[in-house]
Amino acid sequence: MDVEKRSVDKAAQKMINVMDEAGIENVWDRLEKQQPQCGFGKSGVCCRICSMGPCRITKKASHGVCGADVDTIVARAFLRAVAGGTSAHSDHGRTVAEVFLAAARGEAKDYRIKDSVKLHVLAKELEVETKDRSDNEIAEDVGKIALGEFGKSEGTQLMVKRAPKPRQEIWEKQGVTPRAIDREVVEAMHRSTMGVDQNYKSLLRHASKTALADGWGGSMLATDLQDILFGTPSPGKGEVNLGVISSDQVNIIVHGHDPLMSEIMVDAANDPEILEKAKAAGAKGINVAGVCCTANEMLVRHGVPIAGNFMCQELAIATGAIEMMAVDVQCVMQGIGKVAEKFHTKLFTTAHQAEMVGVEHIPFDEQNAMETAKKMVIAAIDNYKNRGDVNIPKEKETGVMGFTNESIKYMLGGRFRASYRPLNDNIMNGKIRGIAAIVGCTNPKVPMDSTHIALSKELIKRNVLVLTTGCATVACGKCAMLHPKEALELAGEGLREVCETVGMPPILACGSCIDNSRLLVASSEIVAEGGLGEDLSELPLAGACLESVTEKATAIGQYFVASGVYVIFGEDLFQYMGSENVANYLLGGIEEDFGGKWGLENDPIKAAELMLAHIESKRDALGLSDKQERKLYTMEERRALEL
Amino acid sequence: MSRIIASAAIRGAYDLANEAREMLAKVIEEKGKDCPVEFPNTAYCLPVIYSMLGIEVSTVADMETVLVEIDGLLPPHVDENVWTPYLGPALDAGMAALFAEEIIEACKYLVGPDPVSGIWLGAADDLILRERGIQFVDGSAPGFAAIVGAAPDVQTAVDIALKCQERSLYVFMAGETNGTTMSEQLVEGGIQLGWETRLVPFGKDITAAVYALGFAARAALSFGGVQCGDFHRNLIYNKDRVFAFVMALGEVTDRWYATAAGAINFGFPVIADTDIPEILPTGVCTYEHVVSNIPHESIVEKCIEVRGLKIKISEIDIPVAYSPAFEGERIRKDEMYVEFGGQRTPAFELLKMLDNSEVEDGKVEVFGPEVDSVEVGAKLPLAIVAEVSGRKMQSDFEPVLERQFHTFINEASGIWHMGQRDIIWVRLGIEAVKAGFKIAHLGTILHGMLHDQYSAIVDKVQVKIYTGEEEVLKLREEALAIYTARNARLADMTDESVDTFYSCTLCQSFAPTHVCVITPERSGLCGAYTWLDGRAAFEITPTGPNQPISKGAPVDNKLGQWEKVNEFINSASQGKIEKMSAYSMIEDPMTSCGCFECISALLPSTNGIMIVGREFADMTPCGMKFSTLAGTVGGGNQVPGFIGHSKYYIASKKFISAEGGIQRIVWMPAALKEEIKDELIAKANEMGLDGEKFVTQIADETNAVTEEEVVEVISANGHPAMTMDSMF
Repeated sequence: MDVEKRSVDKAAQKMINVMDEAGIENVWDRLEKQQPQCGFGKSGVCCRICSMGPCRITKKASHGVCGADVDTIVARAFLRAVAGGTSAHSDHGRTVAEVFLAAARGEAKDYRIKDSVKLHVLAKELEVETKDRSDNEIAEDVGKIALGEFGKSEGTQLMVKRAPKPRQEIWEKQGVTPRAIDREVVEAMHRSTMGVDQNYKSLLRHASKTALADGWGGSMLATDLQDILFGTPSPGKGEVNLGVISSDQVNIIVHGHDPLMSEIMVDAANDPEILEKAKAAGAKGINVAGVCCTANEMLVRHGVPIAGNFMCQELAIATGAIEMMAVDVQCVMQGIGKVAEKFHTKLFTTAHQAEMVGVEHIPFDEQNAMETAKKMVIAAIDNYKNRGDVNIPKEKETGVMGFTNESIKYMLGGRFRASYRPLNDNIMNGKIRGIAAIVGCTNPKVPMDSTHIALSKELIKRNVLVLTTGCATVACGKCAMLHPKEALELAGEGLREVCETVGMPPILACGSCIDNSRLLVASSEIVAEGGLGEDLSELPLAGACLESVTEKATAIGQYFVASGVYVIFGEDLFQYMGSENVANYLLGGIEEDFGGKWGLENDPIKAAELMLAHIESKRDALGLSDKQERKLYTMEERRALEL
Repeated sequence: MSRIIASAAIRGAYDLANEAREMLAKVIEEKGKDCPVEFPNTAYCLPVIYSMLGIEVSTVADMETVLVEIDGLLPPHVDENVWTPYLGPALDAGMAALFAEEIIEACKYLVGPDPVSGIWLGAADDLILRERGIQFVDGSAPGFAAIVGAAPDVQTAVDIALKCQERSLYVFMAGETNGTTMSEQLVEGGIQLGWETRLVPFGKDITAAVYALGFAARAALSFGGVQCGDFHRNLIYNKDRVFAFVMALGEVTDRWYATAAGAINFGFPVIADTDIPEILPTGVCTYEHVVSNIPHESIVEKCIEVRGLKIKISEIDIPVAYSPAFEGERIRKDEMYVEFGGQRTPAFELLKMLDNSEVEDGKVEVFGPEVDSVEVGAKLPLAIVAEVSGRKMQSDFEPVLERQFHTFINEASGIWHMGQRDIIWVRLGIEAVKAGFKIAHLGTILHGMLHDQYSAIVDKVQVKIYTGEEEVLKLREEALAIYTARNARLADMTDESVDTFYSCTLCQSFAPTHVCVITPERSGLCGAYTWLDGRAAFEITPTGPNQPISKGAPVDNKLGQWEKVNEFINSASQGKIEKMSAYSMIEDPMTSCGCFECISALLPSTNGIMIVGREFADMTPCGMKFSTLAGTVGGGNQVPGFIGHSKYYIASKKFISAEGGIQRIVWMPAALKEEIKDELIAKANEMGLDGEKFVTQIADETNAVTEEEVVEVISANGHPAMTMDSMF
């Protein structure tokens, strides 16, 4: 076992060695046992949609039993992955919307509206009357409309109106303005079942429509409603890496995606009576830490430390210091069950969608939230006495996280001048060349975190402002790249100067994977601020996810592409290249339709070059490469300025 | 590095907030919570607080509310190691600092030390705002320099001030460096301070800098159509229209940083002479935010570059500085080298149109003694005769151009001019003459400025200046004949005698629906534009704000409505105003921008009207001060019962003739009455009244302050309005 090939993170390396010595299997071991992985599956040319199959396209067999050609088979696989990812984000969003509505109606006693300002903004956008109404009354109407977005029988997604007008027109022209989220997913499944849509182009067009229902629908609703319910994040300090696990406190790990459970868990762990119990059990206190996107959600709202990203879930348990891990939905490896069995760690599944054989399921819903959370925390406290030897890595770093559309505007101008103007200005004057979104997962096929770190470093060195979400954020956090002082040393001169002016790190941690919707809203507002074109596709902006894992990543990639953004994924991890036509369209032809396209590259430095070349070409098109003289204003010219 | 600045600004804001809290506690103890608070004579309360927060501070208790807002804005101090973004928080701290400074200054008005003492002027009232603030909007002042602290020595201070004046910039001064102030340095350097010379000493403390920002915030409110509380629009208006900047001279303290952070919210950058950290990336301001270590020789130029200003410096070839900033400068007797006119010697000025072949452009001749042949304190006769020619020149434009001599000559530093025609009074200062200024340079100025301003109608200018008594007296006879002919021409010029009126939409930049209609008998409400001016302006700039309006068929002769005029108003007001009466203040009255010299307001129970001029700051019988009235009448709305107008219009035959004319005037301030007494008497006599008696029947502040008191006075004296038909 070459630990360096498994992870670049010292803490993870230590725990990988610990597990290796103890003979406990983890994600890397399982990957090894899966070798060699199926070459047909890797390129998307295997089809097991109907029982005439399974079919796979080879030189000898160019069509499936039903007659589907390779283009159809690959495009169907791609569409189904997008539909899977969209379902995940949207079912998360729907759960939040349900709790939101229950909270507004006073039927969920442990939840309440925290961000009244954002509620009012959203209400105005959704044309909900706010005059002389209480927050709960307003929220009830907002909640009803939000829930309607998932299954309404008529009309299109309301949030698409946040996009610049030309972008909306492109969607109209392409026929991809998404309708109800459920409907697009159902239609995706229908189109891609045997004998329905057998034109790769129309399949891929529907992939755009479905993905847009995610980005501008399910994910965006989830983000906004979570902000209103739990507070809109603002930049705050937090610690990242396995070193946050405490040697003398009861350690609780919350893991998954949806903050409904973890929010209450944090409250329960701060309850004085519960804290007394922990002390009585001999612990100094209760340490709640997060893993995966739950970690991002908890840090940006409460400063709860992050123990690690996706691939750290087993490593955290292997420290032997985790009294309890509560999980909800998405990216929870069944493998943690086996690891937990080797330690005293109690593992609970909590979401009604997600149970696990051999793991205790404690149904967590809005009616019994605090009660259930306390039950789990007490179970953790009771379990403290069972703790054996521990192996806690010392590595941890501090970072500043919690950048949102709202908080970025605030940090750039304060309460009175909040806007993107300073960012736009400094992109226009070239101090900042452009913006990169680095998002997504960590994949055992590449050394954990390596691509995110290398890519981010290269981009900030070259004066590109980086926005991150999801597990990429945690990767950056682990190596102090979210630290305002230390990360500054890595930034190029122009970017550094702007960061120093604002007091921001060169990498802005924007939250969890559903929070990619924040990047869509932010980009739209950057366009609206002026000076950088009329549409998202004109922005000097590119996205990357070089360690993609889930279908969610594919959905995110596609909604960025369909929104006009150039998106690069790791070539070896993108499993839809078995059809030349599909490849040509996704990597090129789609740009004519949507202004964005996919790119594939394993090497983070080469990926950075591709992104930079794209950013520079957008700058050229905007005329920003021409030397700009300082304009001195006469009174006539001042009058012409729009107020 | 801006973290140092942000940290200092936040510390400074806390410091100012604490001082405000302490001052307020003292005021509450001494005066109680109900004690009224105000900056003198303004309708905008404490203007930064009013414009940003929408809070109308009128009592001490209101200031406590503002303290709560300040506490809400004060951000945590910046962490030395792991900091969170500080730009936004520092800007908030800056705004909190300004609110605190306004509270501190307002408290000083109540418990001292009085902000108005010695050279210090304290808050600018609305009169000054209307007179001066408009210049930031119409472009006659390109911006202002808020200078804090003091220069290292008097000469440097004088040089900086002079450079600002040459560029027509206002200089607002506050704060001290090592116990001295820029204002005091200028006084020591013999420089005249005051609004007239655009060098405004607000106060010795840094807190007085808030008066500069209050002035800017009010400019947006009164000229930008910005509502109170609409902070975003107000600040963007200032960023894009009011090109001001902060010049920091001397050590920058935490309080200065806090104040500067407040100014940056307005888009006003900071340029310092000391080696402080810089903030060069752009965004909140148009260009850099903080630029430092600038040598004094180039600091004014640097400020202008950083603010993004384009300023045209007049290139008049004379040995003294030339700029509108010097227009208000006075030359006292002991500063005077030589004077002309002013009842002491015969003097006059005249502009004549000649045939093109008779004018040699640029020729300036002096007939008689020059300055070098007289001693300090001399008095000489003076005749300034400018002869112009031009293909588009008309004899009707002669008085229009001639009237500009006053401004043109006054704008030279060290030269003073008053009056017009044969009542002029001119002084050349000792300093100016020492610098090489000669009588001939008066001609250089007129030649240069007539070309500069009137190149569309003037092709050639030559100037003859006479200083010998005999010649001046002889030429004066000729001039008097010309003046008489012009008077006759003006007297003949009635609304009926012309087919065309002129519009003025100059003020639409801040009152977008206002349209002035200038007729021979109703000049522009600002008093600056007569019908002839309108015509000349149209010739000069055919696409400009003064357009000819062909009257068309009359709709109502009594009200003064014409078809084409109504059509024009409708279109030029973007459809907001359908009809306009030139002669009525009740039915479809003319709108006002806000520049009016006077406001007429109906006093219902008197069956008459009151007129108040902008100089009168006290309460009027309609229950509103001029500043409040101005807010009601201005902004491009038709407000029946109220009109804004020029002083000149009061003595016009067409003054509210639909309602019966001047007989309706029941109240006006004594000073205004005195100013236009002769015209008023003449006009009343024309109408068959006893003019002398009528003037005494008009009440003023000496005998009536309320409407009831006006009724008492005019009932007792038998004012004609009492027996006229009801006004409405």
